[in-house]
Amino acid sequence: MATLSERILGGNAGEYVDRKVDRAYVHDGTGVLTLEAWKRIGSDRLTDTTRLSMLFDHIVPANNSTTATLQHELREFARGSFMHFTDVGCGICHQIMSEGVVLPGEVVVGADSHSCTLGAFGAFSTGVGATDMAGIWLTGETWFRVPETIGIHLSGSFTGAAEAKDLALTCVSRLGMDGATYKALEFIGSGVAGLSMDDRLVLSNLSVETGAKTGLFYADDVTVQYLARSGQVVQPQVPEPCTYVEELSIDLSEIVPVVAVPHRVDTVKPVREIAGLPVDQVFVGTCTNGRYSDLARFARIVKGKSVAVRTIVVPASKAVLAEAIRTGVLTDLVDAGCTIGTPGCGPCLGAHMGVLGEGEVCLSTANRNFKNRMGVGGIIYLGSVATAAASALEGEITEPEVCR
Amino acid sequence: MKGKGPAVCVGPDIDTDLVIAGRYLRTKDHSVWVEHVFEDLDPSLAPLLKGSVIVAGKNFGCGSSREQAAVAIREAGVVAVVAPSFARIFFRNAINVGLPLIECDLTCTEGCLVAFDLTEGWVEAEGKKHTIHPLSPRMQAILSAGGLVEYWRNKR
Ligand code: SF4
Repeated sequence: MATLSERILGGNAGEYVDRKVDRAYVHDGTGVLTLEAWKRIGSDRLTDTTRLSMLFDHIVPANNSTTATLQHELREFARGSFMHFTDVGCGICHQIMSEGVVLPGEVVVGADSHSCTLGAFGAFSTGVGATDMAGIWLTGETWFRVPETIGIHLSGSFTGAAEAKDLALTCVSRLGMDGATYKALEFIGSGVAGLSMDDRLVLSNLSVETGAKTGLFYADDVTVQYLARSGQVVQPQVPEPCTYVEELSIDLSEIVPVVAVPHRVDTVKPVREIAGLPVDQVFVGTCTNGRYSDLARFARIVKGKSVAVRTIVVPASKAVLAEAIRTGVLTDLVDAGCTIGTPGCGPCLGAHMGVLGEGEVCLSTANRNFKNRMGVGGIIYLGSVATAAASALEGEITEPEVCR
Repeated sequence: MKGKGPAVCVGPDIDTDLVIAGRYLRTKDHSVWVEHVFEDLDPSLAPLLKGSVIVAGKNFGCGSSREQAAVAIREAGVVAVVAPSFARIFFRNAINVGLPLIECDLTCTEGCLVAFDLTEGWVEAEGKKHTIHPLSPRMQAILSAGGLVEYWRNKR
């Protein structure tokens, strides 16, 4: 009788276990420090490189010569080591790992805090730091404290213009920014079956904003069918009765469009309460909301109209971009006045491609609105894709209309 | 493992963007991080850090997994960080780079002496001794080696 984390890690909550990791990935940012730490350990040994990935996404293409030189060294190393490597323009690490790489039941670590995103597949996936990752490069294993689990019971289905992002932000505000520190979240209940894989990825992605190690969904028919599209044959995971340290129930039909206001992800207000606030920039993308379904939904709302403020759309991966080209979504976005960025993190971390100026306001579909994150003095509101589209058209924060 | 130093007080939910901003990450030069540590929180903090013990509110180190945050604090000369709770990736990172963390809810008085002994499991401030949870044996071993790199070097 165990939680999904306990089953995958093979221990009881509170126990420390050493585990082989099935997948370990770094990006162009954390890869630099990982390589440095790995070299300092003084071994030239790498564990089985078929389990290691290096995925360039944070500052791609490089914004200056310092970044370019660091990336050059890392790229040469990745190529020489024969680990799974994706270069500039391929997409965000978590997104690439979600396109048929990570499978249910696996133990996954990423040198990035949003590695919890892959919990959507029923994998135990969590973030580690660069030095931890260097140890994993060396040995293929690491230690975990098996987390206690908070059970989030979902029921009903979305109504109106509410979407998974609104649910995820509501969930963060209910738990608080450290409500789940050291713990895992498990999303269960009758409301889960109606959530697409993309919806689940949003919920798992934002789990870390409550301090959680990861946010898990049991693999079900939706997971099986999604992975089958990448040629992966997997079995559903059947939940068994288990003990949660805390439980929360959310009825999806009660979720309304919300935004997280500066500078905390857990400070959430209904869009209607702050509607009318002028914005300088709208940003659609990231490992939260840069998937094809997000771009398509945004395009459906802005198609045939013109955005009123600068609107930056960054597809989460090359596959997302290719699909948006194939279906005409990209044309609709460009025709409506959107600027399209290279697949990757875009301006999410404030390094390039849409940095905010002092006092500028951005409505973003990302997951963090920390002070100065997108540029010194920039002010970030986090919302759904539908809220972003409605706001882009009006040039101010705007409650989205029903669009299904 | 023991240590002591004057307290530098910071609030709750200090995220790693506030410890070291994203715009300073793309370098291997640790002195850049030391120079800009806590800049977006309070630029007057950096000169106080050498030899100090940071006493923080809950959930210290939340947000981005950037290890530069722990490195910046350690290299600024901070002896230890005390907080009622730490974000978990920051917790691992700090231990891995050899920065002692102490889980304890201390009332912070700027500059007052904070002393601790991690092996014996206590922290003392303003004449009051608090018992603390010991770290796991593995974490103690990593910390006393000086960090994970040294831990693995010794094991080879
Ligand atoms: S999109 Fe943003 S949150 Fe996601 S991995 Fe990139 S920088 Fe981090």
